[in-house]
Amino acid sequence: MAEEVKLFGGMWASLYSRRIEIALKMTGVQFEFIEEDLQNKSPLLLQYNSIHKKVPVLLHNGMPIAESLIILEYINETWPDNPILPRDPYDRAMARFWARFIDEKLIWVSWDAYRSKEEDQGKAIEEACKQLKALENELKEKEFFGGDTVGYLDIAAIMVASWFGVMQEVMKVELLTEENFPNLCQWVEKFVDCPIVKECLPHKEKMVEFIRVLLKDFLASR
Amino acid sequence: MASSSVADQEGQVMLLGFWFSPFVKRVEWALKFKGIEYDYVEEDLTNKSTLLLTSNPIHMRVPVLIHNGNPIAESLVIIEYIDETWKQNPILPQDPYERAMARFWANFIEQKVTESTREALVSQGEQQEKIVKELKEAIEVVEGEAKAKLNDKTLFFGGGNGVGYVDIVLGWTCNWMETIEEVGGFKVLDPESQPQFHKWMANFREVTFVKPTLAPKEKLVEYFRMVRPARLGLVANK
Repeated sequence: MAEEVKLFGGMWASLYSRRIEIALKMTGVQFEFIEEDLQNKSPLLLQYNSIHKKVPVLLHNGMPIAESLIILEYINETWPDNPILPRDPYDRAMARFWARFIDEKLIWVSWDAYRSKEEDQGKAIEEACKQLKALENELKEKEFFGGDTVGYLDIAAIMVASWFGVMQEVMKVELLTEENFPNLCQWVEKFVDCPIVKECLPHKEKMVEFIRVLLKDFLASR
Repeated sequence: MASSSVADQEGQVMLLGFWFSPFVKRVEWALKFKGIEYDYVEEDLTNKSTLLLTSNPIHMRVPVLIHNGNPIAESLVIIEYIDETWKQNPILPQDPYERAMARFWANFIEQKVTESTREALVSQGEQQEKIVKELKEAIEVVEGEAKAKLNDKTLFFGGGNGVGYVDIVLGWTCNWMETIEEVGGFKVLDPESQPQFHKWMANFREVTFVKPTLAPKEKLVEYFRMVRPARLGLVANK
């Protein structure tokens, strides 16, 4: 039976959807990308992800899977020739731990730091830097979180590679500096330079403009 | 006995826990389900041990599983690790799609039921009302799943194999939810509108490795009554 793989994703600036594009391209799986207008979601999307009504959703032979980290695990298990998760259970546990850390803690704490009012900013930045330090220590001197090649945690950390740099420019708040986080900054450079990642990741300038427009009311009120 | 590498399965297994924590209980249920021997270390959460703080420097909380000296934190991550390291009595399904579904529901429970219950406990007035409403809706979704998946022959979300990942993740509700309702001063459990969920809770309570681990309600209520004012105070000062 011919395999049918479809990815319902957000427009180019939607980073969670980019995670799945990168993973699918790394595995070499042929897929159709269906762009969703998040202001006007299609009936299909609402059917396939009736609980959260969000992208990305992977459709494999008619079966839908939602939640980007869960989709990454599914891809890893379904097309095992190019695994994105480590083989060793302990290394896998670490990769999962840090991916959750990024999604559940780091992003939110950093968002707080970027948008805090001046009087609260010092404390918020301190907290965000503490968390970035933890991630920096996890990476150590490795080229990628996955070792020699891009893996699950690198893909999960797309937020660090893209969103931080953009927010820094838009909000004029420095968090991820080369001085404080040399390993992470070097990782960002290497990650965005990978051919597959380059194909999928939006250009920084384009993102900066887009986010500036998105946040214009918030920025004006500051 | 399991044929996969015995060397992986040997070695010391230690669990850092706290008697009251539902997250620790989940890990214990997973270990007991697989028949894994482990050393249990009860932490004093007002005076955390060096071992805990060095094993889980990011979150500084229990549960932490230490296997052959290697620490793993976060209950869902620990359970997957247990399942992949000890192959007997699988907790997650074998099929990749079924696994994805199990993980999806575990995440839903964590975000919409567990997290919301925690928030409801430490909030008051209008804020609490809002969260309780969302929590009720989430439980309705769980009820829907229970209605669709469970029957007289299939008592648990693990399906034909009995207890599974989703059951272990949701399991805390069978004992802690009532207590939190009482202490937090709100109501979400309703046997009339949630019959399948209540049936599932009753069945889960009776599971052989679960039953002896459930603390009596009075003890839980006493602990929560002590903790809630402090947590409310912390939240108010934020």
